[in-house]
Amino acid sequence: MSAALDRGAGTQAAPGGTLELSGIHAGYGDFQALFGIGLRVEPGEAVGVVGPNGAGKTTLLRVISGLIRPTAGSLRFGEQDLAATPAHLLPSLGIAHVPENRRLFPHLTVEENLKVGAFSPAARAHFAERRDRVYDLFPRMKQRRHQLAGTMSGGEQQMCAIGRALMCAPRILLLDEPSAGLAPIVVKQVFDLVRRIREEGLTVLIVEQNVAQVLRVVDRAYVLETGRVAAEGRSAELVADPAIRRSYLGGH
Amino acid sequence: MDSFLLEALVNGILLGGVFALPALGLNLVFGVVDVVWLCYAELVMVGMYAVWFLYTQAGWPLWMAFAACLPVVSLLGLLLHLFVVRPLLAAPPINQVLATGGVLFLLQGAMTLIFRTDFRSLGVDMPPMEVGEIFVSGTKLAAFCAALVGAALLWAFLKFTYVGTAIRAIARDREVMPLMGVDPQRIYLIASAVGGALAGLAACLLVVQLDVHPFVGLSFGPITFMICVMGGLGNMLGGFLAAFIMGIIVSVGGFWGTTEFSYVVAFAFFIVTIFARPRGLFAR
Repeated sequence: MSAALDRGAGTQAAPGGTLELSGIHAGYGDFQALFGIGLRVEPGEAVGVVGPNGAGKTTLLRVISGLIRPTAGSLRFGEQDLAATPAHLLPSLGIAHVPENRRLFPHLTVEENLKVGAFSPAARAHFAERRDRVYDLFPRMKQRRHQLAGTMSGGEQQMCAIGRALMCAPRILLLDEPSAGLAPIVVKQVFDLVRRIREEGLTVLIVEQNVAQVLRVVDRAYVLETGRVAAEGRSAELVADPAIRRSYLGGH
Repeated sequence: MDSFLLEALVNGILLGGVFALPALGLNLVFGVVDVVWLCYAELVMVGMYAVWFLYTQAGWPLWMAFAACLPVVSLLGLLLHLFVVRPLLAAPPINQVLATGGVLFLLQGAMTLIFRTDFRSLGVDMPPMEVGEIFVSGTKLAAFCAALVGAALLWAFLKFTYVGTAIRAIARDREVMPLMGVDPQRIYLIASAVGGALAGLAACLLVVQLDVHPFVGLSFGPITFMICVMGGLGNMLGGFLAAFIMGIIVSVGGFWGTTEFSYVVAFAFFIVTIFARPRGLFAR
């Protein structure tokens, strides 16, 4: 069912472009967090970014969605130069970012959160139809549509945050630590969800601390350490890599 | 109940409706832009002059003067944001207060230069109505109804439109808004224009009840700020309810003494409230 991902009524899911970063430097004021990051996500791929705390994973996503401007390097999505595009126009280009800690609007209802997610003029015209697709994808959200988002459980809030991001009919979904702060059983549900979303053909870039889990979902992954790409490869290769096993998978 | 006391109570509720508009406008701007417009009452004052001028000097029909007042003050709010608030968005709050406070004196001075300090009256009044044992001013009742309509329209705007929903969202989390496709700067402009329009509506409702002079803002400005703080700054519903509480206190307080005394009671109540509930009466 790729219906949830259609960009417009009666259209096929848009093919989407390649997300391509090269030589990205970025930081906050005097503090530099990223040192020449190169990364590539092809349409339809699911790619993970893993690494320890403070490696720059969240900063990387914030650079892609325009919340932070890179100080050097190039950042392209298909034909579009993202570094030259204002952040609020990126959802219209098909880039959706589910931020760290979900950042729902706790005092708004589930449906109002979805409505804010559909703020872009192009998305407003398709609000009812996309909302119904989000409700198809997450029947729990339909039950809770008039409930204040802040009163829901962590797992439900994560569903709502992903649903809100889907309202702009993204070509690529950026997920920042979707499993953070959730109980183990809920973590499993969230990864099932990510698996479903990518099975529908949506391109996914996911940042996670939960390396073992995320490598089961993604095709490829990048290992970030202190703002640099320390390793990259297909999930199976990374899982088999002794250094990765030692550092991130608690194995030998 | 004593019919005079009942009358004071009814007048307090009617007064509360008129207080509610500037309180809503101030709270809207503060909630969205995070800046207090210290000159809010002076925007209302300029609107009152606009109505007075168009009606008594330019000879426009009253309804047209009212209809023109809203866009005029709305534009004033927009300009205030663009030229005073926006350049100071990243500045310390004290600078924002000083700047909008400066606009307060600027507007008072400008109106004094143009219209001098004379008290100007519109000279319109509606006949009082007898309801049961009490008399209710027709003008005040009409102003109250118009204020409620204004508040209801604002509520519908915030509840049902995309921009209104984004306004409620941005009040909680401005940093995340670009990820929703929302340009915060544009929302600030819209909130400032709506805040100005509310000041314009308040001006229409006050100019039929009060004489206009450059310092008329002092007679409802301080109480508007008290209402906002009492209801919890940025809390629209809290401010709306606090306006009625304040209206009743001022009106019933005046029943036992003079008008000046009623303001003493209102300030005393405010001080007690702030000690008891520092974050506002309706803080959750």
